[in-house]
Amino acid sequence: MRKRRGKKKAIRKRSLLLRAKSNGLRAAFRRGKRRGPALVAYVTAGDPSLKFTEKLVLRMAEAGADVVELGVPFSDPIADGPVIQRASERALKAGTTLPGVLKLAERLRRKSAVPLVLFSYYNPVLQMGVERFAARAAAAGVSGVLITDLTPEEAGEFVRTLRRHKLDTVFLAAPTSSNGRLRSIARLSRGFVYLIARRGVTGAPTEVGGEIKGLVKRLRRSTRLPVAVGFGISRPQQVAALDGLVDGVVVGSALVQCCEQTGHGPAALEAAAELVRTLKEARR
Amino acid sequence: MPRAAQQTLPDARGHFGPYGGRFVPETLVAPLEELERAYRRARADRGFAQTLNHLLADFAGRPTPLYFAERLTRYLGGARVYLKREDLLHTGAHKINNCLGQGLLAARLGKRRLIAETGAGQHGVATAAVAAHLGLKCTVYMGEEDMARQRLNVVRIEMLGAEVIPVVSGSRTLKDAINEAMRDWVTNVESSHYLLGSVCGAHPYPMMVRDFQSVIGREARAQILRAEKRLPDLLLACVGGGSNAIGLFREFLGEAAVKMLGVEAGGRGSALGEHAARLGLRSRRNGARPGVLHGTYTYVLQDKHGQISTTHSVSAGLDYPAVGPEHAFLRDAGRVVYTAVGDEEALAAARLLAEQEGIIPALEPAHALAELVKRAPKMRRNQVIIVNLSGRGDKDMDILSRHLPTGMA
Repeated sequence: MRKRRGKKKAIRKRSLLLRAKSNGLRAAFRRGKRRGPALVAYVTAGDPSLKFTEKLVLRMAEAGADVVELGVPFSDPIADGPVIQRASERALKAGTTLPGVLKLAERLRRKSAVPLVLFSYYNPVLQMGVERFAARAAAAGVSGVLITDLTPEEAGEFVRTLRRHKLDTVFLAAPTSSNGRLRSIARLSRGFVYLIARRGVTGAPTEVGGEIKGLVKRLRRSTRLPVAVGFGISRPQQVAALDGLVDGVVVGSALVQCCEQTGHGPAALEAAAELVRTLKEARR
Repeated sequence: MPRAAQQTLPDARGHFGPYGGRFVPETLVAPLEELERAYRRARADRGFAQTLNHLLADFAGRPTPLYFAERLTRYLGGARVYLKREDLLHTGAHKINNCLGQGLLAARLGKRRLIAETGAGQHGVATAAVAAHLGLKCTVYMGEEDMARQRLNVVRIEMLGAEVIPVVSGSRTLKDAINEAMRDWVTNVESSHYLLGSVCGAHPYPMMVRDFQSVIGREARAQILRAEKRLPDLLLACVGGGSNAIGLFREFLGEAAVKMLGVEAGGRGSALGEHAARLGLRSRRNGARPGVLHGTYTYVLQDKHGQISTTHSVSAGLDYPAVGPEHAFLRDAGRVVYTAVGDEEALAAARLLAEQEGIIPALEPAHALAELVKRAPKMRRNQVIIVNLSGRGDKDMDILSRHLPTGMA
C-alpha cells in the first residue's frame, strides 16, 4: 500500500513538471500562431479504443497540432452531429469511461508536451464529483477543461474548484450570445475562448464569412484571451480565410470522420496526420 | 409546505431547490431567455389568457368532466373514486393544454415552425394539431421503437400535415427523440420554436409547461368541492416527465390534508434498464441519482460513470430516464410520494377500467389506476381519491389486444 502511494506521488510530481514545461494553453496559441492560426485537434477518446486514441494524439502532435482536445464520450451528445455521435457510440461500446480518459491523458503527458483539453458533457464529471475530477485531471497533467452543456450561470462551483487545481476553464461563445453574455463567458474563461462558428451541431460545413468576423470583433471587445473558432471547420480554404482573424481553429468531426473512413488502423493515423499538416500549412 | 413558498418556485434561474436550472450549449441560452421573457409577458397579458381560454374551451374541449366512477368504487370497496377526464380532450390526452399555450407563444415570437419530440405520440399529435390550427410548419421526432408500438399516432400526426422523423440512435425511444429535437432547434433557432411536451428540460420549460397544465388541478378543485363539498384525500397520477401529475397536483400543494402519489413505470424488473422509476423504486441497483440530462439537474437513471441508461416500460409515454426537476424537489421535500407499477399490473388495470366503467385508458394512466387498485380498498368509504386519467387508450389497442386473455383477442 505504501509503495503504491509513493508511486502515485512520483507520477504527480512528474506530471506537474511536464505541465510546467508545456506552458499552458495561452503559450501554445502564441507558439502556434507564428504561422497561421493555432490548430486545435479534437478526437473522441476511446474511438474505437483508448490505445488507438493514444497513437492518434501523438501522431497529430508530431504533425503540428498545437492543442489536443480529448472528447469524453457521452450517451446523449446533444451538441454533436452524426460523426461525433457515431464516435461516441463506438467509444462507449469499447467500455470507455472518464477515469479511463484521465489515465490516457496521463500516459500522453509522459510522451508529449502538447497541451491537453478535456472536452465533456457535464454529467460524467458530476458523477465523478467535480473536486475529484479536478484533482485527477490536474494530476494527469491536463491543461484545461471545456464542458459543453455548462453555461456561466451554473458554473460557479465548477470554476472555483478548477481554479484551485490550476486548471484552465474554457467556455463556449455562440453567434446567439449577447454582448453581456460574451462578457461573462470571457470573465470565466482561462486559456482561450471557444467560439462556435454558427448555429447548429458539430460537423456540418460552415461558411466563413461576415457573420464570424462580426462575432470575433464583438468577442474581442470583452477579452484579450486567444479566440479559437470551431464547428464545421475541415478545409484549408476555411483556415486560410480565418488567418489573421482568430488565434486558433478547432478541427473535430473532420478528423474523426477521416479515421472512420480509413478504418482506425495505421492508414487512419497517416490520413489524420496528413489532414493536420494540410490544415496547419493553410494560410492566407 | 406553505402555499406561498410553493408558488415562488422556481427561482429566477429556474431552480427548484437544488434541481432544475439551465444546462445547455451556449447557442441555446439566448432562445431560452427570449422564450422566458415572452412567456412572462404573456402571463401578465389578459389578451393572451383570453385567446388561450377560448381555444382550450372550443378547440380542445375544456373543462373536462370530473367523473365519479361508481361501479369501480363499489368494486374496489373503499374510497370514492373520481376520474379527471383528460382523455376526453381533443387529440386524446392532456398534452393539448400545453401545446396550445406554447403554440400561441411561438406565434407571438414570430416563429414559423414547431419542433416536437414524442414518445407515446400524444404530444406529437397535439403539437401537429396546434400547428395546423395556427398555420405553422411542424416536425415531430419519434424513436423508431415508439413509431412501431404507437403506429396509429404516427398516421394521425402525418394526417395533420406534420412531418415525422424516425430517430434511430440510442434506445430509439423518447430520450433519443429529445436529443434530435434539440439538435434541430440549435440549428434552426431563428425560425423554429421547440415545443417541449413535459415539465422537463432547461428553464423555463419546467415552469411554463407546469403552468399551462395547472388548468387540470384548478378545474378539479372546483369540481370536487361542488360534488363532495370537500377536498380530496388522495391524488393519483402517472409520472413520465411528469406534466399531467404536476398539472393536477399544483393547485393542491398548499393543502396539507391532500396526499399525492406519483406513479412511475416499474417495467419488468428493478435492475437498471428494466424500468423507468427515477423516484419510486428504493433499490440500490436501480441506478437513479441526481444528474444532468436534457438541460436540467434532476434524478436520472444512469450507470456509475454518468452514462444515461436505457429504460423499459410497456408504455412509451413513461419510458424516459429523467423526471421533471420539480418532482425531484417535491420528493425530497416529502410533499409527494412516488411509487412504481409494473407492466403487467398496468395492463390489468387498463382492462379493469374498461370492464367496470366502459372507459379504455391509455397505458400511461393505467399505471396510476393500478396503484388505485391497491390503495382504494384500504381507505374509508367516505374518503375521496382523484385519479388523473391523462389520456385515452385508442393508441394502445395493438399492445392491449396482444395482452387480452386467450380467446378474447
